[in-house]
Amino acid sequence: MEAVRDNESLYNHCKMTENRMDSSTDTVVQIRGLVFDRGRRRIFDGVDMNIRRGSITAIMGPSGTGKTTLLKLIGGQLRPKEGEILVDGEPVHRLSRRRLYLLRRRMGMLFQTGALLTDLNVFENVAFPLREHTDLPNSIIRTLVLMKLEAVGLRGARALMPAELSGGMARRVALARAIALDPMMIMYDEPFTGQDPISMGVLVKLIKTLNHALGLTSIVVSHDVQETASISDYIYVISEGKVVGEGTPQQLQHTDSPWVRQFMDGLPDGPVPFHYPAPDYHKDLLQC
Amino acid sequence: MLDSLQRLGEFSLDVFAKLGRANLFFLQALAGAPEMILRPGLLIRQLYMVGVLSILLISLSGFFVGMVLGLQGYNVLSDFGAEESLGVMIAASLVRELGPVVTALLFSGRAGSALTAEIGLMKATEQLSGMEMMAVDPMRRIVAPRLYAGILAMPLLSAMFTYIGIQGGYLVGVPLLGVDEGSFWSQMQSSIDFHEDIVNGIIKSIVFGIIVTWIAVFEGYDCIPTSEGVSRATTHSVVYSAFAVLGSDFILTALMFGE
Repeated sequence: MEAVRDNESLYNHCKMTENRMDSSTDTVVQIRGLVFDRGRRRIFDGVDMNIRRGSITAIMGPSGTGKTTLLKLIGGQLRPKEGEILVDGEPVHRLSRRRLYLLRRRMGMLFQTGALLTDLNVFENVAFPLREHTDLPNSIIRTLVLMKLEAVGLRGARALMPAELSGGMARRVALARAIALDPMMIMYDEPFTGQDPISMGVLVKLIKTLNHALGLTSIVVSHDVQETASISDYIYVISEGKVVGEGTPQQLQHTDSPWVRQFMDGLPDGPVPFHYPAPDYHKDLLQC
Repeated sequence: MLDSLQRLGEFSLDVFAKLGRANLFFLQALAGAPEMILRPGLLIRQLYMVGVLSILLISLSGFFVGMVLGLQGYNVLSDFGAEESLGVMIAASLVRELGPVVTALLFSGRAGSALTAEIGLMKATEQLSGMEMMAVDPMRRIVAPRLYAGILAMPLLSAMFTYIGIQGGYLVGVPLLGVDEGSFWSQMQSSIDFHEDIVNGIIKSIVFGIIVTWIAVFEGYDCIPTSEGVSRATTHSVVYSAFAVLGSDFILTALMFGE
């Protein structure tokens, strides 16, 4: 039984390596014709995307357009109604639970809240994935955890509990945890929301530095235009279930698309209306 | 009329969907047993949280319930000149009914509500999603240890409640009200049957342990991940547990002691 499992693991590993070599030059995530509904509301209606290996790709758009939902679809936490999502050549929505979990070991995700385990201190939070997925001795785990914490500048905070951390520190600890298993890609869900300028600057620098130093692929979901554009290699702007603009930050700065213009320039009215759909104002006032 | 029917239909569908989810959830959590064997530390920690930390509440409550039983029992039995049977009355009440039932109700209020709130908050703060994305199954890592700990802790707490309750009844009956000590213990010893009373009481406490912990962990896991959702789930956990314990107690009593 053990031998069969070993062979299966070896086969999966070879297949993954093969897939990776096939697409080594280009994409880590391919999304084709994605359709996703939440209840009766259509969130995505035929979305196509390519996330290039080694790049920082930003997914931007107004609040409530499904940016976080897209990350959950890529991570296999949600299943699309139609279309295909390939991560490193593997269709995430069709994988068995075991294979999905194997794939997730190579994906890191930074949640908006940090999602640190509140009953563990900073050190144990970063050590958590190592303890769960490896049989490494404590001395090696200690070294690895301290290296990850040093990378995010929080080696000295190892004994603190999550409740003792500021929002920015919590996200940096979560980032250290996300890179604990040396993943191939990291997904960042609104990493800059609610951060003071210093924390925001630290996070911007960390995302860029770690992406290049560790050879990662980063997907940053955000609506902080300036910060995200400053580190992104490519940007997708989504609105009302579709990709309404894409390109490098420079290309998007010069685009004529009213959707992209409204979002990049922060205009209060435009294709995304200021007013929520309502009956005529005067008629509404005079009705009673 | 049609609207009412539609609402009734939607409500029924919701109830059956939730029951289905609860059953699947229970089976998935039970399947986490191998994790308990490989990592007993997870189970031991939860046994401490739900079991050891409930001991004070269970002990004090058992003591007071036993004392009240002693006092009320003495008043009734002395009218018939049967106060020597006080020990039997206290023991039978506690072993058969009050031990398992009151322990389960207290357990749902103390440990069950804490389990629901803890898991609900973990969901609301994305800790469960975070675990899933780290390829760690929350059913095995979070839910299973809590479920098994609750199932193991309930019979032990119930036994403790019953023992301390009998001691409370003894304290009121014998030293304070003057019931003969020999009669108190000997009648209890001769009347309480191991299979009929004690084994059935243990079975009840195990069933209540499963029901209360299952409801508690499911309500937390299935809650709407907002502060209002967690609060509502915690209330549901205690209310549903109380109904389920009292309802299943009637069924079990009818099966065990019904003619």
